[in-house]
Amino acid sequence: MSTTAEAAPSTTAPRRLPVTDLSLVVLIGATGSGKSTFARRHFKPTEVISSDFCRGLVADDENDQSASRDAFDVLHYIAGKRLEAGRLTVVDATSVQSESRKQLVQLARKYDVLPIAIVLDLPEEVCAARNAERPDRAGMPRHVIQRHKRELRRSLRGLEREGFRKVHILRSVEEVDAAEIVLEKRYNDLTHLTGPFDIIGDIHGCRSELETLLQKLGYEDGAHPEGRTAVFVGDLVDRGPDSPGVLRRVMGMVASGNALCVPGNHENKLGRWLKGRNVQHTHGLAETIEQLEKEEDSFKEEVKDFIDGLVSHYILDGGNLVVCHAGLPEKYHGRTSGRVRSHALYGDTTGETDEFGLPVRYPWAEDYRGRAAVVYGHTPVPNTSWINNTICLDTGAVFGGKMTALRWPERELVDVPAEKVWYEPVKPLLTEAPGGHDGRPLDLADVAGRRVVETREHGRVAVREENAAAALEVMSRFAVDPQLLVYLPPTMAPTGTSKVDGYLEHPAEAFAQYRADGVAKVVCEEKHMGSRAVVLVCRDADAARERFGADGPTGVVHTRTGRPFFDDATVSELVLARLRTAVDEAGLWEELDTDWLLLDAELMPWSLKASGLLRQQYAAVGAASGAVFPGAVAALEAAVARGVEGADELLAKQRERAADAGLFTEAYRRYCWPTQGLDGVRLAPFQLLAVQGRSLAGVPHDRQLAWLDRLVEHDPTGLLHTTRRLVVDTGDEASVQAGIDWWLEMTGRGGEGMVVKPLDALVRDGKGRLVQPGIKVRGREYLRIIYGPEYTRPEQLAKLRERFLGHKRSLALREYALGLEALVRLAEGEPLWRVHEAVFAVLALESEPVDPRL
Amino acid sequence: MTISTTGTPERPATDLGFLLHKHPDRKQSFPTSHGTAHVLYPEASAERCTAALLLEVDPVALVRRGKGKGRGGSPDLALAQYVNDRPYAASSLLAVALSSVFKSALHGVCNARPERAEQPMPLRIEVPALPARGGADLVRKLFAPLGWSTVEAVPVPLDAQFPEWGDSRYVQLTLEGELRLAEALRHLYVLLPVLDDSKHYWVSPDEVDKLLRAGEGWLASHPEQKLITTRYLSRRWGLTRQATQRLELARLADADDIAVEEIDNAVAEETETAERPTPLAEQRREAILGALRAAGAGRVLDLGCGQGQLVQALLKDVKFTEIVGVDVSVRALTIASRRLKLDRMGERQAERVSLLQGSLTYTDKRLTGYDAAVLSEVIEHLDLPRLPALEYAVFGSARPRTVIVTTPNVEYNVRWETLPAGHVRHGDHRFEWTRQEFRDWAGKVAERHGYGVEFVPVGPDDAEVGPPTQMAVFTRVTPDDKHTENVKEVKVA
Repeated sequence: MSTTAEAAPSTTAPRRLPVTDLSLVVLIGATGSGKSTFARRHFKPTEVISSDFCRGLVADDENDQSASRDAFDVLHYIAGKRLEAGRLTVVDATSVQSESRKQLVQLARKYDVLPIAIVLDLPEEVCAARNAERPDRAGMPRHVIQRHKRELRRSLRGLEREGFRKVHILRSVEEVDAAEIVLEKRYNDLTHLTGPFDIIGDIHGCRSELETLLQKLGYEDGAHPEGRTAVFVGDLVDRGPDSPGVLRRVMGMVASGNALCVPGNHENKLGRWLKGRNVQHTHGLAETIEQLEKEEDSFKEEVKDFIDGLVSHYILDGGNLVVCHAGLPEKYHGRTSGRVRSHALYGDTTGETDEFGLPVRYPWAEDYRGRAAVVYGHTPVPNTSWINNTICLDTGAVFGGKMTALRWPERELVDVPAEKVWYEPVKPLLTEAPGGHDGRPLDLADVAGRRVVETREHGRVAVREENAAAALEVMSRFAVDPQLLVYLPPTMAPTGTSKVDGYLEHPAEAFAQYRADGVAKVVCEEKHMGSRAVVLVCRDADAARERFGADGPTGVVHTRTGRPFFDDATVSELVLARLRTAVDEAGLWEELDTDWLLLDAELMPWSLKASGLLRQQYAAVGAASGAVFPGAVAALEAAVARGVEGADELLAKQRERAADAGLFTEAYRRYCWPTQGLDGVRLAPFQLLAVQGRSLAGVPHDRQLAWLDRLVEHDPTGLLHTTRRLVVDTGDEASVQAGIDWWLEMTGRGGEGMVVKPLDALVRDGKGRLVQPGIKVRGREYLRIIYGPEYTRPEQLAKLRERFLGHKRSLALREYALGLEALVRLAEGEPLWRVHEAVFAVLALESEPVDPRL
Repeated sequence: MTISTTGTPERPATDLGFLLHKHPDRKQSFPTSHGTAHVLYPEASAERCTAALLLEVDPVALVRRGKGKGRGGSPDLALAQYVNDRPYAASSLLAVALSSVFKSALHGVCNARPERAEQPMPLRIEVPALPARGGADLVRKLFAPLGWSTVEAVPVPLDAQFPEWGDSRYVQLTLEGELRLAEALRHLYVLLPVLDDSKHYWVSPDEVDKLLRAGEGWLASHPEQKLITTRYLSRRWGLTRQATQRLELARLADADDIAVEEIDNAVAEETETAERPTPLAEQRREAILGALRAAGAGRVLDLGCGQGQLVQALLKDVKFTEIVGVDVSVRALTIASRRLKLDRMGERQAERVSLLQGSLTYTDKRLTGYDAAVLSEVIEHLDLPRLPALEYAVFGSARPRTVIVTTPNVEYNVRWETLPAGHVRHGDHRFEWTRQEFRDWAGKVAERHGYGVEFVPVGPDDAEVGPPTQMAVFTRVTPDDKHTENVKEVKVA
């Protein structure tokens, strides 16, 4: 082991220059001082922007000084774009004048990165000699270098004052040669840590609840046996009974590497008190001070150091997770500035104060569109919920609420109730999502443009801009009042394509799919061929007013795109009245403890709502084919009789086509019958979606249908219609065959088909993924309406079998999840815009391109 | 369709085979762009000869035009494109087949029997399912002046089982007369698509030439020449319509089992053209411009700008320094942008104007801080229960200093001679108000939001029923920040 082998080529020891990995590095030095060479040696070519290069860009000549102004515009622009994107940027210009550096410092501040100065202060002779070697600079007058040197000398002492957070000065060729750049990670960059994490909301001295929560999360004496890491979002102290105890626990876990912690505004204030600053002992600080007075001074010293060392926010898990106290817009993630720190600790405010004298918080989460999930606290809310990939974990434990943790990456919530109200809140916890205004009207920003809706059951669902635009048009011009439009039904995927001769769809595939998904019991429900209708029926106009803000109507009947089902509101009320009577008689108001019901149903006949389309399209096809074939067949028969070559073959084909056209006409006719007022109108409810305070979308279908059967039984008017059903065991061959036979029999008599649903309604497969809530199996004859009169011809079927269901299935799941989300948000009493956001997204998704025949 | 003729031993009917250039004893098939055309002769004797043209439309070939873009292995189209009458109806597709299969006959060329091609002959033509927009009457009007002795057009009922649905748009057409075969074929070539009047199947860009050639000798003197020309060439609009067609809206229409026209109707089919300015619209614009000038407004919102007529008028006055047209219909905005020639507009002009998609039932931060907002013929397109949302978005949230609202005066409707009693002026009007109803609404709005309001008649102010259009000019009286207490209670259950 020899150390002599290390022969140093230079007399100067290597000099390490620390540079933060996201910063704006400004090279400073006279012309000829070797900045470009230095930059080339230490940084990637793309990280360096030189003013000479920019001059070349705008003026075709790197030395054209008259182009400097434009060249610097370009330089600042490129540097800005790089910094905005979070990339280390090196500016290679002389930067000897304070004015030019000032602009760069401002640029760094604008993007919340550190400005760093590296000065090459080399002797004039060295600069002159270097310039002389370059043909393009050989003619440069000596006084230019002298001027640069003069300006540099004047600048040197003030660089820190100008705002540079690190200043490295290299004064000789040897120092320059020996320099070594050391990239340092930002303190907030913990992207390499992947957890798993348990992120814990505001504690406020609630030591006992914290211990219970840690225990529930599986921690044993501050450590998790599976190596999980706790992450505290701050506000450990103040208001509660044992802030020192909480600090001791958290500090211990952080010290042992079992936890991370970001500071809350309360730690910040406590830290200032500990440093002897003059702070007001308000908002619960007095309690903490009193508790701390009983502690040793050494402990207080430890607390001071702990708070001093806290980093405003952390980027974790490869950049997928951001934890901070008060929420942070994406542009501040991983940035380092006073502004970022203050935002992370205190959040953004509108500048106003509310009636309790508290600052009104700016609803930053509503605007958030970032990729990383932001987990924060600070604003006490009664319940947590994801908004645009952000979640607030402050559930007001100290105010008698609960203490909440989020498991990451599982995204599971774990909470424990407060043992008591430890501290009376200044204002009541609002029953609203964080960031939401109380009952504000709908805003365009709630729905327009590209959006992502967080769903509890299916994660993030994206809505594209063009689909939102179409939905906006329909929602604005045709839909019922959004207050009454609390749900839109999802689209449904058809069964896998059948290989059975003559069939495009057949139940066997549907049963097989559910079996593969691990669903043992399914219910086959008769598919009524009418028009989809969602019915919201309230007990009376007062209930409608109180629950939905409706002025006059007692509910609503709307189509699957939210349009009023009946043009005439009195007809709608008539339907609601009959339904209400049935609910009265069946005693469901009391049983379900509600004064309104939301039903998913089919309204028949099809001709009632779709008469325009029927006449324009379906009956028209029937009429045209009915008119054309008799003549065509007669002409061909005559030609065959004459012995025209080839006519017989054509005749046979036309006869088949005529027969198919006849079957087509029969197919649509089955779903048409005349109505007069409500006479002849049938409403077949097949799911009870929600009642006051509860979504019922997860209630098994047998219980669902039992409720609905009672409604039908108690309707004396004949409006309500039962939905026939059959339960099938997907693992039992005989049962499956019975299901197939049932379908064959029903569609043979002209039925549209059936929907196969998991009996337990809301089901996940073995991998935890949501299972299709229903699969439609449409009858052979019905499908003529969809695929055309002649679709059963073998050559057409062969082509149609190439259909691809993946997108439709994915769409069905996304819309289903959005529908569920709307119901849950409604049940939890969230503000209108939150319910509307999910409903609107269903409509937008309905305008996504997908084969309309599926 | 069939073409029949009668003959004598000297001039045998079977000459039809020579004229059509198709042998009477063989079935002949020809590929066309949308399927296969067959020609055969059910009868062929010296006395009577009938040629039948049978077009087998390949529905798959029809939809192939929009190939590839949709998800799910199919073209990106609305459902109506898959199940339609094209395989059965005598549409423009038949006209195209006719022109290619009987090309020489259409041009009056017959090398074997040149003299017969020059002469009229007794003809009987049957078209069993002719789509005829305008019905049997129009069919007669179009064919009768052309020398046909018999023009029989029997309407086909939509569905015999549902007589209440009435007739379909098809007629069974029988034509009889002494005409040259070429003439007869040209009539059909032009008039089949004219009667079909379908928007979806545009044929080719040199339609004007084709029309001139096929119409030679008869179109110029036809009493319905204008209609024929307009309709024939208007099929070219199919292109523009397709270009602006919102497939997203078509899909939403499909979801509701309605025709796309029922929801994609923000832009009227018959658009107001420069040649035909409606005087009332003109007067309305003048009144609005006057009120805006009187208010000294420079930055103006045109809320519900439609096709941008008012925006265009505002641009002509430099006092309006910033003009923002807002509409919920993307199609309307596309047309407005084209009308204003936004892409070719000079920089200074272009800086003054912008078009935005927006909705007046949502508050919109982009619309705050303007001098004035115009809602010209907008409120009546909203269902009454949605009006409070518009009221809040405009008067509570955007809060321009001046708001100008125009809407029809329903009392005046009795003065429109063409308007049947009890009808609204536009299919999409959800309501039309009397002067009193408008004043009541405007008065309450003004009071709730701190505005003063004045009413101005637009158009001839009839002593009994008032003006055709009523206009309200709202002017903000309270300071800008005193409106928060008016926030509507909108919490849901």
